[in-house]
Amino acid sequence: MTTAPAPQSDDRHLWTAAVAWLVLTAIAVPLIVFVLGPHLPPGRMSAEASDQTSANIVLTAICVPIVLLIVIFFGYAFVVFRARGTAIEDGPPDFGDARAQVLWLILTSVIVISLAVWGTYTLFWSAHGAGGGQGPNPVAKPSDASSALQVQVIGQQWNWTYRFPGYGGVETAHLEIPVGRDVEFLVTSLDVTHSFWAYELGVKADAVPGTENIAYVHPRQTGSFSIRCAELCGLWHGHMFQTGEVVTSAQFASWIAGQQHAEAPNLKYLPGYSGVYFPEPTRRAG
Amino acid sequence: MDSAAELRTISGRRLPGPLGLNLLTAAVLGLIGFFVGTWIGGRLAIGHHYLVATDQNDVGIFLGFLGATIGWLGGLGFFNYPVSRLLGRPASLPHEETAGASRYFRLSTDHKVIGIQYFFGVGVFFFIGGMNAMLIRTELLTPNEKAWPAGQYLTLVGLHGTMMIMMTSAFILGPFANYFVPLMIGARRMALPRVEALTFWLTPLAGLVLLSAIFWNGFPTGWTGYAPLADQARAGMDAYIWSFMLIGLSMCLNGANLLATIVTQRAPGLTWGRLPIFVWGVATTSVLMVLSTPVLLAALLMGMLDRAANTSFYIASGGGSPYLYENLFWFFGHPEVYILALPGFGIVLEILPVFARKPLWGYRLAVAGMFGVTLLSFFVWQHHLFVSGINATLRPFYMLTTELISIPTGFIFLNAMGTIWRGKIRFTVPMLFSLAFFFNFLIGGLSGVFLSDVPSDVTTHGSYFVMAHFHYTIMGGLVFAFFAATYYWLPKMTGVVLNEKLAKIHFWLMFVFFNLTFFPLFAAGFLDMPRRVSTYAPSLQTLNDWVSVCAFVLGFSMLIFIANLIWSLVFARIPAETNPWHSRGLEWQLPTPVPVHNFDEIPEITGGTYDYGVPGAPAVATLR
Repeated sequence: MTTAPAPQSDDRHLWTAAVAWLVLTAIAVPLIVFVLGPHLPPGRMSAEASDQTSANIVLTAICVPIVLLIVIFFGYAFVVFRARGTAIEDGPPDFGDARAQVLWLILTSVIVISLAVWGTYTLFWSAHGAGGGQGPNPVAKPSDASSALQVQVIGQQWNWTYRFPGYGGVETAHLEIPVGRDVEFLVTSLDVTHSFWAYELGVKADAVPGTENIAYVHPRQTGSFSIRCAELCGLWHGHMFQTGEVVTSAQFASWIAGQQHAEAPNLKYLPGYSGVYFPEPTRRAG
Repeated sequence: MDSAAELRTISGRRLPGPLGLNLLTAAVLGLIGFFVGTWIGGRLAIGHHYLVATDQNDVGIFLGFLGATIGWLGGLGFFNYPVSRLLGRPASLPHEETAGASRYFRLSTDHKVIGIQYFFGVGVFFFIGGMNAMLIRTELLTPNEKAWPAGQYLTLVGLHGTMMIMMTSAFILGPFANYFVPLMIGARRMALPRVEALTFWLTPLAGLVLLSAIFWNGFPTGWTGYAPLADQARAGMDAYIWSFMLIGLSMCLNGANLLATIVTQRAPGLTWGRLPIFVWGVATTSVLMVLSTPVLLAALLMGMLDRAANTSFYIASGGGSPYLYENLFWFFGHPEVYILALPGFGIVLEILPVFARKPLWGYRLAVAGMFGVTLLSFFVWQHHLFVSGINATLRPFYMLTTELISIPTGFIFLNAMGTIWRGKIRFTVPMLFSLAFFFNFLIGGLSGVFLSDVPSDVTTHGSYFVMAHFHYTIMGGLVFAFFAATYYWLPKMTGVVLNEKLAKIHFWLMFVFFNLTFFPLFAAGFLDMPRRVSTYAPSLQTLNDWVSVCAFVLGFSMLIFIANLIWSLVFARIPAETNPWHSRGLEWQLPTPVPVHNFDEIPEITGGTYDYGVPGAPAVATLR
């Protein structure tokens, strides 16, 4: 059995930097999770938003120690290994260290691959699509997708309107959805590509002409959420802003009944409900 | 036969001084070409119904741009050589280089002249792009449209984005790769000098064509030019398409030329294992440029046909698909991001050993990292389309590839850490910019992990988070690397020393205010502010005002650099030493200014570029 060699001077530096990093990480990570974490977007209004918030917390909690590692290492080296005096002296001819390189490769690979595995799990199983648009043939559906409330979201320059196929295809200018029930957003566009972004709900789905882009959400709390356009769509892109509401089932029933009554005279001027629309003129208007 | 003499013998006739072909004749012939082209387009289009519907003649505009391009290149003399050879006459392209400023304003096949042309040519357009950013931030001082009408604001956004992407693609490869790759590999010239001249002269033309969009109501699409919106846009969109095609052609040719140079022109003894790391960065970037830009050209060509010839490649109602454009564009667009990053990796890893006085730690790992990034960057493009509604099954694959790319990128950080550890670090200005590169790129890279994770991307996609992320990687990475290279190599390129005090002020202002500007924008994205808006939630005004004010100071720091450049180059003119940094790089062993034919005799490479501190290390090359 051999005794460990006496630590060289630069080993000592390495240990000092490592301890500083450990201490700062031990302080920073709980702060991120418990102090910053609850403020990270998009909040806990829906199951999907909740998973996104958790993702943002975990990613921040992983990234900050990495930032600390690099900053402490560089900062320490700047102080300890800065050249003193004006004479040009060379450092030791150190061309690399295979063990350090392999260790680094393994560490980064483990972090990266576990992130991908965890992201895939969230995407498919825990948050059925994570609130993102999945195109016309969604692969990650909630278990009771067939009984979900269908809401067609129609992007157009420069506003959002909504049609409810389960309620005679009534079109509304305002969005209300019931709490505690799966909602299936069927997102499409009449003109150019928009992106339906219901911020607090954690929903984002591009509205593409000729495509039915489906996203699921399961609201857990009542309240209002902001709706924006997240894809540049021309002149008044920034004005595609609305406030939607998550309400109780009873409030939703009375709201949609009121909408059906109020919109009944307009319904006959609308095209029949359809997954996609191609309004005239189909060519550029100039 | 002496190669320099050989070059002189094939030189031909040449008109004296101002009568010759130069920038002025190019501009005049370009304008004439434009009007001839639009006139032909007008004749062709008479009686066509779409003119009535759109009130604009895209065919005429595109033919005008074609005429302008032909006139511009003809005015510079690009057709003299092929026409002479076709007619069986001796080549008329002059090969001997004259001294004086006039050579910078005409067609030159000297890679050193082209490097300087690139430096100032691209710099002018970078300045214009930066001014656009200042105008954008002026608008965002208030939550509603105040400074500019909405259409003008979108044009500013599009001009800023497109100009910056186009010009930063040439920001390092243009000036520094063209100037220094031949010097670093011990060559007298690039493999294809006339192609090299063409790649440069297409660049200012592309910039001018893009700027001409303001005469046609601008364009509303930002730099991505997404299809249904692009099809709807007014004639400014044609300028976007043509200028991006020109720059795509320029990038493709530049990549092919650099690759050919690195493969065929290396001096004896310069094995692949001795190649300077910057040259590796250039080589891998060239691979990306050669493979990705043809896809961009195809995408833009179809967009051009949709606009001018009533095809429906991207129009859903006509049987096409907007997704086709998105896929083709990002198949170019994501490698493009690494076209911007890889030369920066090369620069900083080239500079760190010089000022840490240590060999580059883990040379092979750095090369492997660059190759890993090159390979993976072609397999990640759909992460731009996570919520677009295509291929939900493929999302885990693109999530994985995107996250994998941080492994080879991480190699570069390990190289830097190993290189500075136990070194004798000197905080010169190039070193400061290189070190700042690592800090900025770290933030940029880690914020990219949020965007690669699909659940997190659903929150951040299309928001200011993305905008902050790519400004950290492109401005914090590439532009900082550009300034590192500028302060490092400009003494060799110009023969004069830059003022160090001004340079340090420039660095600190730029570094501090870059971070103060862009870090808060991550929060703006998290707080639900979409990109490219001129209207935002009033609650975000304080944040945006802070960012705007910091951005103005950031812009001011660039003026300090320009002042330094003018002061040092025009007024002070303190001659630079041959090797002020005591670098082992081959380019520093040459006299300042570098002789016209670089090496009287091709050197033999006898040692490693980074053998700092190696006892009895041989000189890097035998120079005769």
